Amino acid sequence: MPFPDRGTRLDLTILVSAALNGLLIGGIYTLVASGLTLIYGVLHIINFAHGSMLMLAMFGVYYLLTLLRVDPYLSLLIMTPAMFALGYLLYRFLIGKLAKGKDENILLITLGLSILIENLALMFFKGDTRTISVSYSDTMVELGPHLVSLPKVISFVAAMALCAVLGLVIRHTDVGKSIRAVAKERVGARLVGIDVDRVYAISYGIGLATLGAAACLLMPIFYVSPSTGHVFVLVAFTVVVLGGMGSFLGAVVGGLIVGLTESFGGLFLGESLGQIGISLIFILILLLRPSGLFGARQ
Amino acid sequence: MLKVEGLTKIFGGLRAVDDASIEVPEGRIVALIGPNGAGKTTLFACIAGFHRADAGRITLLGQDITGLPVHEIARRGMVRTFQITQPFARLSVHENIAVGAYQRFARRDEAWEHARRVADQVGMGAQLDQPAADLTVAGRKRLELARTLATGPKLLLLDEVIAGLNPSEIVEIVEIIRRIRASGVTVLLIEHVMQAVMSLSEHIYVLSYGRIIAEGAPREVVGNPAVIEAYLGRGAAERMAAGHAGAGHA
Amino acid sequence: MNPTGRGHDWLLHGVLLAVAIAFPFVLPSPFWVNFGVLALFYAFIGQSWNIAGGFAGQLSFGHVVFFGVGCYASTILQLRFGLNPWLGLPASALAGGLMGFVVAFLSFRAGLKGSYFALITLAFAEVMRILTNSVEFTGGGLGLLIPARPAASNFQFAERIGFYFVILALTVLSIAVAVWLKRSRFGAQLAAIRENEDAARALGIDVFREKVKVLILSGALCGMGGAFFAQYFLYIDPMIAFGVDKSVEMLLVSMVGGAGTVYGPLIGAVLLAGIGDAARVLTNVQGLSLVIYGALLVVIIAFLPNGLIDLFQRLFRRRGGSRGGA
Repeated sequence: MPFPDRGTRLDLTILVSAALNGLLIGGIYTLVASGLTLIYGVLHIINFAHGSMLMLAMFGVYYLLTLLRVDPYLSLLIMTPAMFALGYLLYRFLIGKLAKGKDENILLITLGLSILIENLALMFFKGDTRTISVSYSDTMVELGPHLVSLPKVISFVAAMALCAVLGLVIRHTDVGKSIRAVAKERVGARLVGIDVDRVYAISYGIGLATLGAAACLLMPIFYVSPSTGHVFVLVAFTVVVLGGMGSFLGAVVGGLIVGLTESFGGLFLGESLGQIGISLIFILILLLRPSGLFGARQ
Repeated sequence: MLKVEGLTKIFGGLRAVDDASIEVPEGRIVALIGPNGAGKTTLFACIAGFHRADAGRITLLGQDITGLPVHEIARRGMVRTFQITQPFARLSVHENIAVGAYQRFARRDEAWEHARRVADQVGMGAQLDQPAADLTVAGRKRLELARTLATGPKLLLLDEVIAGLNPSEIVEIVEIIRRIRASGVTVLLIEHVMQAVMSLSEHIYVLSYGRIIAEGAPREVVGNPAVIEAYLGRGAAERMAAGHAGAGHA
Repeated sequence: MNPTGRGHDWLLHGVLLAVAIAFPFVLPSPFWVNFGVLALFYAFIGQSWNIAGGFAGQLSFGHVVFFGVGCYASTILQLRFGLNPWLGLPASALAGGLMGFVVAFLSFRAGLKGSYFALITLAFAEVMRILTNSVEFTGGGLGLLIPARPAASNFQFAERIGFYFVILALTVLSIAVAVWLKRSRFGAQLAAIRENEDAARALGIDVFREKVKVLILSGALCGMGGAFFAQYFLYIDPMIAFGVDKSVEMLLVSMVGGAGTVYGPLIGAVLLAGIGDAARVLTNVQGLSLVIYGALLVVIIAFLPNGLIDLFQRLFRRRGGSRGGA
C-alpha cells in the first residue's frame, strides 16, 4: 500500500526516534557491561551478581534522593566510590577467599550472592517498584526534528564519558597497566612484583564502581525493584558476549547494538515480544560465534 | 596394524609434525623418541583424533581413520593414555577402570569383574576403593594404563607412562607392558627413559623438530649420528667419536 | 562405596518410603500435607536437575524451561483439546524431553560447556517466557486457568492427600532413575563425562550423544513436574512457568543437598520447604527464606562442595567421596 509523502516521513521519523532512544539507553548498557567484562577479563570470573549489585546501587540512589534529597546525577560522587569500596572489600574478604577451583564454582558462588542480595532487598525494601522524579524528569530536548527526554541524554553523555575515563585509566595509569598485565599473564605479573590479589580486588571494585555510576544514570529514566537485577543480568551478559569477553571496545559496540535491538524490537514486535531480541542475540552469538565480535578466538 | 603416512600438523607458523610416516606392525612394541618439543605428543594426538592433521593419512587395521572423531577411533581399538594424567578424580580406582571396561561389557557385574582383573594385572588390586585423586603420580600412571587396557584395545598408545617412576616401579611397569603385549595388544609408546625404551621396544622412530630423522632396531638408532646430534647438539657425534677413548658413554 | 549396594541401601530406601507414606496420616493437617507436597515437588524437580547437573556435570541455570513447557503442554492439551489431564503427564514428559533435545543438541553441537552452557539455558528459558507472554494461544500475560473440578479421574483431588501420593509416586520414580544411573553403564559414562570429557572421549564414549541423552531424560522428568504443578495450583502464567525462581530452586536443593547423589535433592528440598514454611510462619518476612538459602549455597560451595549429604556421611563415618557408578 503506497504511503503518501507525509506518511513516509512519519515512518522515518519513528525509526530514527527509536534508533536514538536505543543508542541512548545503549550507552548505559555499555557502562554496565564494561564492569562485567573487566571483571571477566582480569579475574576470569563470570560475575553473576552483577545484576543484583546494580539493583542494590539503584536502591542506594533512590534512598539518597528520597531521604537526603541528593540529585541522582550528583550521587555519582557518592555511589561510585561507595560501590568501589564495596567491591574491593567483597573481593578481599569473601570472593577472593572462595574463588579457588573451577569456573563453575565461582559462577555458583556469585549466583548465591545474587540470590542473597536480591532477597535481602526484598526483605528490607519490599517488592514494590520504585521510580524517582526530579524537576527535569519530563524535560524534553530537541535533536533536529526529534524529541528525546533530557535525562536520557544526560545519562548517555555521562555514561560515554565515564567509559572513556575508564578506558584512559586502564590505558595510561600505573594501576591500569597492572590490571592489563594481570589480565594478560598472571604468573608473569606476579613475578615482576605486582600484587596480584590487590589488582584483583581493585578490578572487582572498579567493576562494581561502574555499577554505582550506572545506577545514578539509570534511576532518572528507569525503575527499580528487587527483581530488576534479573533484567540487567541478561542484558549485561548479552552485551559482553556479543562484544567479546574481556574486550572493552566490544562492550561499547555491544552496548549500542543491544540498545538498538531493544528499541527496534519494541517498535516492530510490540512491548511484550520485543524483549526477545536480546535473548535471541545471546543465544545466536553463543551458538555461532562464542568469542563475540572482538573477543579472543578460543 | 597402524600406518601413518605423511602426517603434518601446523600450529600457526610452526610445523609441529612435518611429514611423519610410521608403521606399527601387529603384536610389536614400537617406541617414539626424541628431544623435548620434538612433536611426539602432537603426533600421538593426531593419530588418536584429538587434532585434525593438516596433511597425511592414518590407517588402522587397513581402514582409513583419518579425521574420525576421538571416540570412534577408540572404539575401533586404538586408545591412548595422556602424558599429564587425566584421572576421573572423584571416582574410585575401580570406578575409573570400570568406565573403560564398560566399553567391552554392557552389564555392570561383568564390567566390574573385568575392571578388577585389569587392576590386578597392573598391580592396583589393593587400591580399588581409593579415590583416584588420592593416588601418587605413579598410581595415576598405572590407573591410566589400567583404564585404557580395560577397553580391550588392539593398539595401545602410551604417552610417557614411565616418566616420574622410581627404578623399582620402572621395572614393574616394563614387565606389565611386556605382559600386555604377550596378551596380544600392540603397543606404541613415547618415552624418555632410555633404559625402558631399550629393553622394551623392537623398533624405534626418532622425531626431531617434527620430522622422523631415524628409525630402526634400538642398537642402530642409538648409534646413529643424526640421533645423537638431535639430543646433544650439532657436532656432538664427531666429538663423541673423537673423545670415545677417554670420556665415556653415549 | 559398596559396589553391590545391596543390604544397606535397600533398607534405606524402604525406611524412607515407609516414612513418606505414613507422613500424611501422622500429620494430616492441610498445613503439613501441603508442606509434604511442596517438599516432594522440589525433591522431584530438583532430582531432574540433579540428573543433568549433578550426575553428568552439566549445570544449567535455566532448567525451568523444561518445567514450563511441561506446564503449558499439559494445560493447553487439557483446555483446548480436551485431553484427559492424566494424559498430561506423559504429554509433558514428551514436551520436556523434546525441549531437552533441542537445547542439548544446539548447545553441545556448538561446543558449549560449563558456565556458557549454564548461561545459554537461562536465555532459552527467557525466550520461552517472552513467547508465551506474547501469544494468544498460551493465554499471553494473563496465563491459563484450569477450571476446578475436583475428581480423581480429572487429576484433581478434593483432598490434598491425593496430590501428595501422586507427587510421592513421581519422586519415587525420580529416585529410581537416580539409583539406576548410579548402577548402570550410562550413569558411569555420565560420571566420566562430568569428571573429564577428554579422557571419557579417549576411552570411546560418544560424549555428545550421551550429553544429549541425559538432557532429554532430565527434561522429560522436569516436564512432568510442570504438569503436576499445573494441576495442583490450577493456574499458570509465563512468569510462573518460565521465571527464574524455579531454576534457582532446582539448582539450590541439589547443590545444597548434594549434587550427584541419590538423596541430595530430597534433603535439600525438605530443608528448602522447611525453611520456607518456618520463615513464613514465624516471621512473615518476605524473602527471608531465600536469603538463608542463598547464604547456604555460598557456604556449601565454599566449604562443603559435595553438599550436606557429605556432612552426614562424614558424621556416620562411611567411606565417603565416591560419586561414581557404585
